[in-house]
Amino acid sequence: MTTKKEPIWIARDLAKCSGCRKCEIACSLFHENRIWPEASRIRVFMLIPGVDFPHFCAQCEDYPCVEACPVDALSVDSKTGAVLVDKEKCTGCAQCIDACPGRVPHMHPKEKIILICNLCDGDPQCVKVCQEGAWNVLKTVSRKNYAYKLYARTPDEITRDLAVKIYGEIGKDFI
Amino acid sequence: MIFGYAGKFLEVDLSTEDIKETRFDDDVLKEYIGGRGLAAKILWNRLGSRWETVDPLEPENILLFLTGPLTGFFPGGRICVSGKSPQSNGVVGSTVAGEFGIELRCAGYDGIIVLGESEKPVYLFIKDSDVEVRDAGHVWGKDAKKTVAMLTKECRELLKSRFPRYGEWKEPAMLYIGPAGENKVRTAVVAAKWTHAAGYGGYGAVMGSKKLKAIAVKGTGPLPEVADMEKVKKLMQRVCEDVYEEELWRRWGTGAAGYEVGAKTSSEPIRNWQEEWHDDKSFGVDKFENRFWIKPYWGDFGCPTTCLKVAMVKDGKFKGAITDNPDYEMQAYLGPNLGIFTPEENVFLVSLIDDLGLCGIQTGNVMGFAAELFQRGILTREDLGGLELKWGDAEAFAALAKKIAFREGIGDLLAEGTYRAALKIGKEKNADLLSYAVQSKGVSIGAHGIRSGKDYPKIISYACSVQGGDHTSTAGLPLDWGGSELMEIFNDSGVYCNFNTFGVPRNVRFQFYKAVTGLKLTRKEWCYEKALRVLQMQRALLLLGGPDLKWNPKIHDDNPSRFYEPLPSGPYKGKTVNRARFQKKKKEYYEAVGWDENGVPSSEVLRRLGLDDVDRTLKKLR
Ligand code: SF4
Ligand code: SF4
Ligand code: SF4
Repeated sequence: MTTKKEPIWIARDLAKCSGCRKCEIACSLFHENRIWPEASRIRVFMLIPGVDFPHFCAQCEDYPCVEACPVDALSVDSKTGAVLVDKEKCTGCAQCIDACPGRVPHMHPKEKIILICNLCDGDPQCVKVCQEGAWNVLKTVSRKNYAYKLYARTPDEITRDLAVKIYGEIGKDFI
Repeated sequence: MIFGYAGKFLEVDLSTEDIKETRFDDDVLKEYIGGRGLAAKILWNRLGSRWETVDPLEPENILLFLTGPLTGFFPGGRICVSGKSPQSNGVVGSTVAGEFGIELRCAGYDGIIVLGESEKPVYLFIKDSDVEVRDAGHVWGKDAKKTVAMLTKECRELLKSRFPRYGEWKEPAMLYIGPAGENKVRTAVVAAKWTHAAGYGGYGAVMGSKKLKAIAVKGTGPLPEVADMEKVKKLMQRVCEDVYEEELWRRWGTGAAGYEVGAKTSSEPIRNWQEEWHDDKSFGVDKFENRFWIKPYWGDFGCPTTCLKVAMVKDGKFKGAITDNPDYEMQAYLGPNLGIFTPEENVFLVSLIDDLGLCGIQTGNVMGFAAELFQRGILTREDLGGLELKWGDAEAFAALAKKIAFREGIGDLLAEGTYRAALKIGKEKNADLLSYAVQSKGVSIGAHGIRSGKDYPKIISYACSVQGGDHTSTAGLPLDWGGSELMEIFNDSGVYCNFNTFGVPRNVRFQFYKAVTGLKLTRKEWCYEKALRVLQMQRALLLLGGPDLKWNPKIHDDNPSRFYEPLPSGPYKGKTVNRARFQKKKKEYYEAVGWDENGVPSSEVLRRLGLDDVDRTLKKLR
């Protein structure tokens, strides 16, 4: 278990991502016992080669997805701060996707339920592998009173920003 | 069904746009595993009886994209591209890193078999079991970066419009060709990202001959079920932990070697291998790292090493040149081999070679060959369309690379690769130019020389390999040793990145195989039966060759003549390959693998391996 005081947050330094996708492997192994990139709650996008980054829930301070769910399938874990999905209630209506400023949630590829990071109940598996490999993109910290929601961005928006960060102005040409 | 396989292969005939699913018997998969091994089997079965007449660049050739059971499990995902090679006229198992193999397996396929030839440019789009042949007219002629950008966008839009409630779609994985492949240049690659490449074999030209610009695949399923997931997890962790110990290997990748292989082992191609030693600290990895690497670690699926980097020139004449790494092979062949010792010029050239869809090794080799002919006055400025092809002139080599990719002027001859170019230009000039062609069986030799004796390839490594000059598939004894071609066949048949075997005990790969498939496989069984069978099939197809060229082992199981010239400089000055020693080693190797004194697999070994049909076909060569 993490030594951080709960609730926790996963700090992210996206530009450092190597694209190794070990976080996808770890997440899907933990939650599905399969290597299953599309069922991972953290997905590595590479819309431009070299601009790889993990896309996953930022646990927004006002949780717009939870608010938007018409059947109360989403709730906030009071211990970790994670968004929890009630599999029984979720109808796969996708309203949480539209409500999320980063369009982070995505559908389980086989079942009609939404996938959102649950912080592995306080022991994030993705962070472990990212740290082991010393890429240090992901790091578990204690949750404080910050504007986490700024990290809920769409893959296209993140790509635009990172492309410029990594490639400079010409990064814009690749979008 | 065996664990670890998706269980079916996609077979697409581009002439008829027929798409079907193909399965192989468990016995075939048990014997040949996947990737390179299975490629040899498929090609033997389907084309073996008329191999000599099959033109690699005509529709009858079969283009294969094959994974193996370890793809996605053994850290570092790859895919194996194969077919009849337009370089060697045999079979080359050419692997490239990336997520293509993983996406393909998640879509439910272990591989793709492409037949025929499309009338107009197309690309394949695979979304799980939905497979479409789509128009590629708008990307035909586009360079690497444009192709990736346009098709990524297009495929994501397709997915979004078809599955609007899925959420955000990740990009599909893609393999593609650049202009060089379209123009059937024999040194063209099958590329992934910017730009990892399956270069050896020249399969970019085969893709181009089929008018197949790209394949994009998105699979939403899991990787296939394995026999023992707990064991697989443990082994994955095991490999990663061993690799994490290799700090500098991870930090520098092969990029350290552009300086080291010259300065320390004295085995780097310099000015078309006229020398193999340099001590040019301007070409040190620290210069690449500090001045050009804008991304220090870049890797592919599951990779603990992430030996790739992204390099970019930030200002000056070559501003905006971008490439991965460059890795050692690109540093060497588009650096010292052309007399270039400045990193920015090297990054510029590698970036251009990427964009054109050329192989840096094969093209760097043929450009070095041309430059030596210019140095010796054999090729003139007029022959070169006005180019002064002086050593070290990056812009002249850039101009030449474009001529090759578009087959303009002299580029049309050089686009045939070093061996064929030597024959053709030699004929025009009425001179024997093979002494300047540093290649083996139509495949240019990787940037690791053998004369100093200090690098890993040995004196028979290239001469006796079934993949010619391929530095990732070198022949050696003992057969079950790390440096044996048979062990390389395992990496290319299980299909994962061989770089993640560094520092990992040799047997771990077989433990991995068992954990994934449930089948026991010992190193001995692999090296003396299964891999040996693959080797014999590759050897048979290589010797059958044709239609434009045939190899005679007496002549062609040899080193390029340059390797018999003494090294002219450096700490190993004067060292060279001793012909008598070479003949002795070659004889030992022939005996170990069961080839007769003419280099043809013997009836005895073929029958022992159950390859009676190969034996019958080879009668005509004995
Ligand atoms: S584990 Fe870390 S470095 Fe690797 S893909 Fe995930 S975030 Fe990136
Ligand atoms: S990032 Fe998206 S899924 Fe996560 S809490 Fe915010 S709105 Fe919900
Ligand atoms: S914390 Fe757990 S659930 Fe969330 S992305 Fe990481 S591995 Fe997946």
